[in-house]
Amino acid sequence: MKFAVLRFPGSNCDQDCLAAVNGIDGLNAEYVWHKEESLRGYDAIVVPGGFSYGDYLRCGAIARFSPIMRAVLEDARAGKLVIGICNGFQILCEVGLLPGALVRNRSLRFVCAMTNLRVENAETPFTGAAHAGDILRLPVAHGEGCYFADEQTLGELNDNRRVLLRYVDPNGRVTPDANPNGSLENIAGICNAQGNVFGLMPHPDRACEARLGSADGAVVFRSMMETIASRQAQAA
Amino acid sequence: MKVKVLVRPKATVLDPQGAAVREAMRHLGLPEVREVRIGKLLEIDVDAKDGELDEKLHALCRDLLSNPVIEDYELIKETP
Repeated sequence: MKFAVLRFPGSNCDQDCLAAVNGIDGLNAEYVWHKEESLRGYDAIVVPGGFSYGDYLRCGAIARFSPIMRAVLEDARAGKLVIGICNGFQILCEVGLLPGALVRNRSLRFVCAMTNLRVENAETPFTGAAHAGDILRLPVAHGEGCYFADEQTLGELNDNRRVLLRYVDPNGRVTPDANPNGSLENIAGICNAQGNVFGLMPHPDRACEARLGSADGAVVFRSMMETIASRQAQAA
Repeated sequence: MKVKVLVRPKATVLDPQGAAVREAMRHLGLPEVREVRIGKLLEIDVDAKDGELDEKLHALCRDLLSNPVIEDYELIKETP
């Protein structure tokens, strides 16, 4: 199974994503430069973290116009799995695949820390290998990770169980202290209405090996692999 | 033609940067400052006459220069 890891000028988690995906038995990742125009032949798309275009104007605002993003939009609409991590999440919001926006952390500080994430919905292509209520330990590293959306959008996300991860304390409670950036309702990761596009600020790519402090991130990539395998089995 | 674009955070969006600057102003002896909101000013020089590119410029403001989820924009044409 082949995953594409997109690279924009200023991406800096592309190697982490490649290593994380390649570290999972059965998965193989390749870089795709942002000037490419097709993602044919890839089973899933990873939009990695970093500072695409130096975060100029707004995070992700310029990357969304890169040639490869047209292919991402087309493939996403066709149902291909797309995951955006950190700056990748910001890009997916800017391009309109995910609702809302990521704004400056409420503290105004760049936050670099391990966080606890509660799995809110385990019936998705990205969380299927976990259980609802599981707590994943994943690191965050961002200055603009405060999730914002208007009330109507928040209502839609909640009603349709599209919030997949929330920042919680070690006991699994949603508290202000557990929220590293001021995100509304402690939201850390959401998916689109179709359920095939997932964006999150924490880094599963930096937490796929115990020696990195946590291997919990692997559950996200394993979930994607299982989803794709079962889709392929159904199609066969 | 010269064009200015003002981009402002929407009233419903928290502006922690503005709040920090407001605090600094208070510390500097201006406790009267109630609120500060920080946006962006873009000064653009366009090779066109007034009215020619209106639609394209507004599209640019909507799609690139601002994010309608969190920001409002204002396009101001400057008479030469």
